[in-house]
Amino acid sequence: MSGAQLRAVRVSGASLTRVDPLGAVLVAAGAAALLFLPFVVFKSNRIVPGDPRSLIQVLPAWGAFGCAALLAMSALAALWVTDARVRLMLALAGIAAVALAAAAAGDALTPPGDRIVRIAPGGAFWVLMVCLGLFATDATTRLKPGPAVRVLFLAASLALAGVALAHGTFDHLSVMREYAVNAERFAREARQHLKLAFGSLAAAALIGLPLGVLCHRAPRLRPAVLTTLNVIQTIPAIALFGILMAPLGALAAAVPLADRLGIRGIGAAPAVVALFLYSLLPIVANTVAGLKRVSRAAVEAAHGMGMTSWQVLTKVELVLALPVILTGVRVVLVQNIGMVTVAALIGGGGLGAFVFQGIGQTAIDLVLLGAIPIVTLAFSAALTLDALVEVLDRVKA
Amino acid sequence: MPRAATVVRLAALALLVAFLTKPQSFAPLFAPLTQYGAPPIYDQGNLLQLALAQLGTVCLAAAASSLVAVGLGILVTRPSGAQFLPLSRTLVNIGQTFPPVAVLAVAVPLVGFGEKPTLIALFAYGLLPIFENTLVGLRTCPPAVLEAASGMGMSARQRLLSVELPLATPLILEGIRLSLVINVGTATIGSTVAAKGLGEVIIAGLLSSNTAFILQGGLLTGLMAILLYDGLAALERRLLRPVTLD
Amino acid sequence: MIAVENLSKRYGETTVVDGVSLTVERHSITAIVGTSGSGKSTLLRMINRLVEPTSGRVLIDGRDTRAEPAYLLRRRIGYVIQGHGLFPHRTVAENIATVPRLLGWNERRIGARVRELLEVFALDPATYAGALPHQLSGGQQQRVGVARALAAEPLVLLMDEPFGALDPIIRAKAQDDLLDIQRRFGTTVVLVTHDMDEAFRLGSKVAVMSGGRLLQCDRPAVLLTRPADPFVSRLTGLADRAMRLLSLVTAGEAALPGASDGPAVAPTTSLREVLSELVWSGADSARVIDVDGTVRGRLTVAAILARGRP
Repeated sequence: MSGAQLRAVRVSGASLTRVDPLGAVLVAAGAAALLFLPFVVFKSNRIVPGDPRSLIQVLPAWGAFGCAALLAMSALAALWVTDARVRLMLALAGIAAVALAAAAAGDALTPPGDRIVRIAPGGAFWVLMVCLGLFATDATTRLKPGPAVRVLFLAASLALAGVALAHGTFDHLSVMREYAVNAERFAREARQHLKLAFGSLAAAALIGLPLGVLCHRAPRLRPAVLTTLNVIQTIPAIALFGILMAPLGALAAAVPLADRLGIRGIGAAPAVVALFLYSLLPIVANTVAGLKRVSRAAVEAAHGMGMTSWQVLTKVELVLALPVILTGVRVVLVQNIGMVTVAALIGGGGLGAFVFQGIGQTAIDLVLLGAIPIVTLAFSAALTLDALVEVLDRVKA
Repeated sequence: MPRAATVVRLAALALLVAFLTKPQSFAPLFAPLTQYGAPPIYDQGNLLQLALAQLGTVCLAAAASSLVAVGLGILVTRPSGAQFLPLSRTLVNIGQTFPPVAVLAVAVPLVGFGEKPTLIALFAYGLLPIFENTLVGLRTCPPAVLEAASGMGMSARQRLLSVELPLATPLILEGIRLSLVINVGTATIGSTVAAKGLGEVIIAGLLSSNTAFILQGGLLTGLMAILLYDGLAALERRLLRPVTLD
Repeated sequence: MIAVENLSKRYGETTVVDGVSLTVERHSITAIVGTSGSGKSTLLRMINRLVEPTSGRVLIDGRDTRAEPAYLLRRRIGYVIQGHGLFPHRTVAENIATVPRLLGWNERRIGARVRELLEVFALDPATYAGALPHQLSGGQQQRVGVARALAAEPLVLLMDEPFGALDPIIRAKAQDDLLDIQRRFGTTVVLVTHDMDEAFRLGSKVAVMSGGRLLQCDRPAVLLTRPADPFVSRLTGLADRAMRLLSLVTAGEAALPGASDGPAVAPTTSLREVLSELVWSGADSARVIDVDGTVRGRLTVAAILARGRP
């Protein structure tokens, strides 16, 4: 046998015995969760503590077998397969299997026509989802997909989840039960959430961009502006909301027009103003940083070619600074989507209303009805804007 | 300029201490904000105790997240942990999209009401800035310096302890400060799940439409956050001032 | 003495260093030259095992370098790299004290050694011991880098493009310093450079590498007069090889008995410089005179030119 052949044999031998360390951790965690934690929790109504059920107890034999087989394949892939595409596919298959198993458990455990019992996903479900999610993330990271592929992948996942939800696949699970009860309000609060997050972003961009340009052109202004905005960041959101209630309330009382426009002490107005104030720092700071990064040579060349000051700013400086400015927008958007949640405390509405109502009633399903869409929104916004920044950066390079 | 900054710092600290120990002496300032004879100063608990409780929760969480984040950061930058590096960086990015309120809300069903969910949320949320800064600090050590360290005969451990970590320390401390400030603010939301802290004052104000409560709770928390950040920065400058031989 | 025996380094299918054998005499300076990618740095780094050889071995004073853990070996070998690699968070004194500390010297001995080295490198201890690297000029940083490498009195000093980041005037000074220090401590130096002038100026022997192989290792004059490979003569330069040869001989070595009324030159001046002086002044001979005024002889143009032929 030649040296090369010998080496080939040794390599394949090594891949059989060498276990992927991350895979080992994930498989151990997932297996332990399946053994020791409930897959779903059966509650005879919304509030009472539940009754744990394992995967085998809740699924028909063939279902349990199918789900276990898919999970076993994911586990084998996690431990030994090195091809990232195979790993990703099996991780996604595992996620689908666990989600469908939970849905099937909901269908199986709910008596026909019953609207009171609650089937909530249990510890094993969440641990498995986290493990498989990590597994899929790891595989995706190894594949290093480009920005377009990432956005398409996100869109496809969201569409798939949307189809399953519309089809009613998960209707018997507790979170969807809460949704069924609150469907109309959910749509309203979700719209409100987006309106608050994007509205304050738009206002901050409108003011922050010129302010950033001003700070860039007048360096003496810069420390004062940035320090002020930094200090605003340290005021807790909940307090800033509250503090703004007083002057806005006074304004509404003094100026009836303001009141008619919806500017009041409680409700959306203080939330929008507060989010706007928080949003200014990342936008102004990134505008300044982006403009600073623009090469002096490009600006001088533009002046040399006879562009006016305004043309240099809009056609050269801002265009070149765009990726950095957009990074600021990404920070603001993700931060806003999270912070709007707190606005519910002062009657501002948004998905946070479900979160705090759920906390108040110790109804975890209601908390999740608010929290899951918030996290999904923030994650999608981050992923999309990251991809956009990357594309723009690549165009520049 | 530095003298003026010192005066401002000391004044802020004095204001914070005075407010926490003798809150009633500030009553006239807050009285115009109240209506229908509501109390201008929070009277359902001791402000000092609340502030200390909040500080304690924040510091405990920060200590735990520093330990874990720095440990993880070291682990994934060693050759043996290198394959975890891409995943951990992606996780840091994903983690930052989780709003702290959501973490808090999800922690409640797991551990119940009180300090525990707040601690968990603060711990989880504090991990990110520290981990990220540890990574950046350890990965941006100048290659020539690392090469020199190995070339002079330092073992991997000696190189980590006497070259890499000291060089990354300013960034790591910056991360810890950042996470402390975020957490002081986030801890106020912990009061919605019955954690002790100044958030209680703000929530009480929101529930009874008492702007005075909201304002004092917010101002005290903000003051605490700024002083903490600033104080740690000053301490850092002192501790990291290079020591001379002889 | 360093004996490199049939040393190779392969990364997968690429061979970076290919069966190099080389002997470095004690108390000498050997310069390794070659184009980038010739494997010269890898060869150097295999001597202190920053790169582990694929095959072959290195003996230092007859002892296989693999006889002890790599980090212990490295503490006995000085190492200087381009861009100095000083620890930015440590003072000059602490930087120099690094290896003595690793070796567990007592503080008194460390302090004395640090002071000695600072004085040798013309850095006033009172001013510079407590300074941080970034407070020094480029030339001073480089000197501290060399001082740090010499701190534990190593018998061998490895240098990888040590003067690459310096400007020409500071570089010439640093090269002179290195020659002085090498004479003073008797250190065996192996130096990697891509600068032929530097190699010829410093190296008692010059090793030429290309494509991972050692083409020739000999005295500079031999490289010029009897190149073992066309690449060697291309690297050393065909156009000015006569002038290079002249630059290797000093006036003191070449002076012949006799008197001259031409310009005075010191015995340490190279023939190349003497010739240049003669061309400039229009004289046909120069007087070689010691610092104390003793006449050592004379150099005619014809005698100089004869030295520039193989």
